[in-house]
Amino acid sequence: MIAFVIQRLMQSVLVMLTVALIAFALFNFVGDPISNMVGQDTTLADREKLRQELGLNDSFVTQFARFIGHAARGDFGLSYQQARPVGQIILEKMPATLELSFMAAALALLLGVPMGIYTGIHRHSWLSQAMLAVSLIGVSLPTFLIGILLILVFAVMLGWLPSFGRGTVVHIGWWTTGLLTVDGWRAIILPAVTLSLFQLTLIMRLVRAEMIDVLRTDYIKFARARGLTGRAINFGHALKNTLVPVITITGLQLGSIIAFAIITETVFQWPGMGLMFIQAVGFADISVMAAYLVLVGFFFVIINLVVDLLYYVVDPRLRVGRLGAAHG
Amino acid sequence: MRSSGPLLEVAHLRVEIPTRQGVLVALDDVSFDIASGEVLGVVGESGAGKSLTGASIIGLLEPPLRLVSGSIALGGRRIDNLPDAAMRRVRGKEIGSIFQDPLTSLNPLYTIGHQLIETIRTHLDKSLSEARSSALSLLKEVGIAAAEQRINHYPHQFSGGMRQRVVIALALAASPSLIVADEPTTALDVSTQAQIIALLKRLARDHGTAIMLVTHDMGVIAEIAHRVAVMYAGRVVEIGPVRDIVDRPHHPYTAGLMASIPQTWGPRGRLRQIDGVMPRLNAIPSGCSFNPRCAQSVDRCRHERPHLMRTANGRAACWLYDDIRQDTIA
Amino acid sequence: MAELAASGVPARVAKRQAVWRRFFGSDLLWSFCHSPVTVGAAVVVIVIVGAALLAPLIAPRNPYNLASVSLLDATDPPAWLAGGDWSFPLGTDNQGRDVLSTMLYGTRLSLLVGGSAVALSVVLGVALGLIAGWRGGIVDTVIMRIADVQLSFPAILIALLIDGVVRTVLPRDAQARITLYVLVASIALSYWVHFARTVRGSTLVERNKEYIQAAWIIGVHPARIVVTHLLPNVIGPVLVIATINLATAILTEATLSFLGVGLPPTEPSLGTLIRVGNDFLLSGDWWISVFPGVLLALLILSVNLLGDWLRDAFNPKLR
Repeated sequence: MIAFVIQRLMQSVLVMLTVALIAFALFNFVGDPISNMVGQDTTLADREKLRQELGLNDSFVTQFARFIGHAARGDFGLSYQQARPVGQIILEKMPATLELSFMAAALALLLGVPMGIYTGIHRHSWLSQAMLAVSLIGVSLPTFLIGILLILVFAVMLGWLPSFGRGTVVHIGWWTTGLLTVDGWRAIILPAVTLSLFQLTLIMRLVRAEMIDVLRTDYIKFARARGLTGRAINFGHALKNTLVPVITITGLQLGSIIAFAIITETVFQWPGMGLMFIQAVGFADISVMAAYLVLVGFFFVIINLVVDLLYYVVDPRLRVGRLGAAHG
Repeated sequence: MRSSGPLLEVAHLRVEIPTRQGVLVALDDVSFDIASGEVLGVVGESGAGKSLTGASIIGLLEPPLRLVSGSIALGGRRIDNLPDAAMRRVRGKEIGSIFQDPLTSLNPLYTIGHQLIETIRTHLDKSLSEARSSALSLLKEVGIAAAEQRINHYPHQFSGGMRQRVVIALALAASPSLIVADEPTTALDVSTQAQIIALLKRLARDHGTAIMLVTHDMGVIAEIAHRVAVMYAGRVVEIGPVRDIVDRPHHPYTAGLMASIPQTWGPRGRLRQIDGVMPRLNAIPSGCSFNPRCAQSVDRCRHERPHLMRTANGRAACWLYDDIRQDTIA
Repeated sequence: MAELAASGVPARVAKRQAVWRRFFGSDLLWSFCHSPVTVGAAVVVIVIVGAALLAPLIAPRNPYNLASVSLLDATDPPAWLAGGDWSFPLGTDNQGRDVLSTMLYGTRLSLLVGGSAVALSVVLGVALGLIAGWRGGIVDTVIMRIADVQLSFPAILIALLIDGVVRTVLPRDAQARITLYVLVASIALSYWVHFARTVRGSTLVERNKEYIQAAWIIGVHPARIVVTHLLPNVIGPVLVIATINLATAILTEATLSFLGVGLPPTEPSLGTLIRVGNDFLLSGDWWISVFPGVLLALLILSVNLLGDWLRDAFNPKLR
């Protein structure tokens, strides 16, 4: 058990370092940081002095180590576009994205899994067919299009919900939350639904496919032959076996919600990290881009790690050795 | 609920499967009986319909397969037309099942204790501790050593033969009067096979359980069966006591089967085989389904389908044994 | 085929006829014709692709010809609404371009980018998969590690990153010229992994089979073995993945264009059009976004349906 955890931790560190390396390469070698920071009139001598001061002439490894050291403390340098520390910008935007992502993930899970189970068990009922048809549309419509459609219907035509922004937010320490005001809730509904739809359909289809596969196995057939009740078979045996592989993929999917937030935040002008990233791409603001990359990489790695550990806990075949104490 | 007649009566069972090419007949007028405590072996080539017969009896025919006519009666009571909920209670409680592959028959995520106790408590009204002690005694009975520890183990912690013993324990959990065993030893190595067969024989004797043993292995049949039914292309072609089937087969197909079993004693010659192959479901010959491969076929065999006719101690579906005065199975 | 040969028809003609016969009598065609949804999807795809390819011929106007575009026509509603005009059947956008024509040309671009990206993805992925599966060892490990790391990031992010980097490196005027290529490359680089993995898996399995070992022993050059013997046998699932991938590629291009890092408004794809129209939604000029949106949705949906059917048709478990 311990060996497994350590191995996974080391793998995570390796991936993080790779991501950091890419971010660092972006940060330092794409474009010239000096040119981005100073005006056109600065003399070559001054630039050279600045270069020396900022340690840009040191070896690659030294610069990389420095980068990691800073990154670990949340210091990503200055944003070229906004002339403020990147770390500060991220701190401002992160709560918005995290809240949105969390709501979307909750929606996707709470609706997707039950729908998947239902359509897996009752494969041919009309309700299943309807759900599948809707899911196909969910997979085919680009997220931004869904967002625009929802805005059109609920904000423009019906006027029930706002079409952009977070509504009124409450500050708690460095965190800002929109979930403590009615206004904030009204503002988060459309973006959360938009963000969750793609994941919802994926989760539903995945759970359904797994469920169907499991219901065809020999051990389910044997369970039926033993006369176990429908409920025991569907929810005791089939569901448990379905959820094991579903956990891994679902976990990874949910991680990608944070990245998909880029699109949703753009459509709804939601002041989060995704919108920040897009603006940075548009302005070629490398330090922001690099910081976003490191942060998102960090989230992914953590999620991957958690999912792997969960898998280990849930599947007994990984825990106990093969034929641990078997006799002949 | 036992009458004085046979325990299991299968009469004129017909199972069809609709396909793109039309409706195919998978089981055609299958009839046989099993008395209580008796072991009936059901033999035949792959695809002859042996497993389908077993599936029909426990009511687990997978669509699009359909049972269109015929009847199945257990202890005098019809079970083929029961509603789902009632059939579920029959399964496990009155009819136990054993399938071929012990590796995939058990849910890998639950301990065998959990699976045993669950089965016991589904059919019998026992408390958790009562069920647990029943499970323990079952495990001991099927020959699992150190049952108190092993009951908390997962299926992957057992070897193949041990797993099949667990499967047998599960089949016996609610004390059924009949067990349908579908190729229970095919996936095991030879020495384990012998152990499992010996176990089944002993348990059947001790509990008075009847067994319908489906297999293509005549060696197993010779060991354990009292009577044998031979199936070919979805039909029963011969049925009789095991010694008769093996030593004095009546139906030409049975004779061919017995002759093709390699002998390790006596003069060695070439291995005998029956020319041709068993017809596929969409190409079953008219008349007797075996006639194209039969050395003794006559014109009648090509036009008229033989029903099961009385022979010395059993029945055979062959015009060779026709006598107008005899009965057939009702 | 024996009968055909006996009747005197030359062997290669007989072989071709046999192939056609096999196709028309095959399960594949049967399941296609018996699924109305799939047939419908195929029809839609053919119509849209056809219209896009023929855009220069059938579009009422050429939206790129600046001389024909006038700001006086800006944001006119569709023909059947008040203020509309049948010479602009679906209305005009904020620069006075005919929405219908721009949609047709835009679809062309979307298909071009999507198709090229998938083609590039397939070539890259299959090649890397073959190499990884065939060579094994360190080559395999390296390629698969890269694939694993890349898989844990959503394709959109990767595409955005590549795009962003190029943007920073190149001066502005060069950017405009090569936007199309950058777009195709970034989408292709996001999706090669799926193909590589599948092909690698199949290659590992096929590599140990006798026909490959036979070719090896008689001294056939490894490259030739891989291309002529191995490749045809591992290419099957690639077709299914490629079809579904086409839908995803079109979707990704539309998303990137919508986000502003794809095709520019001067030569808009459907995504760009939707972006342009987004600003006008609140003021009630809905047609600039909605029509391209509907067309985009139809296209992706139909390709997805075709991909689904293809996957089910090739899945032995469902037959």
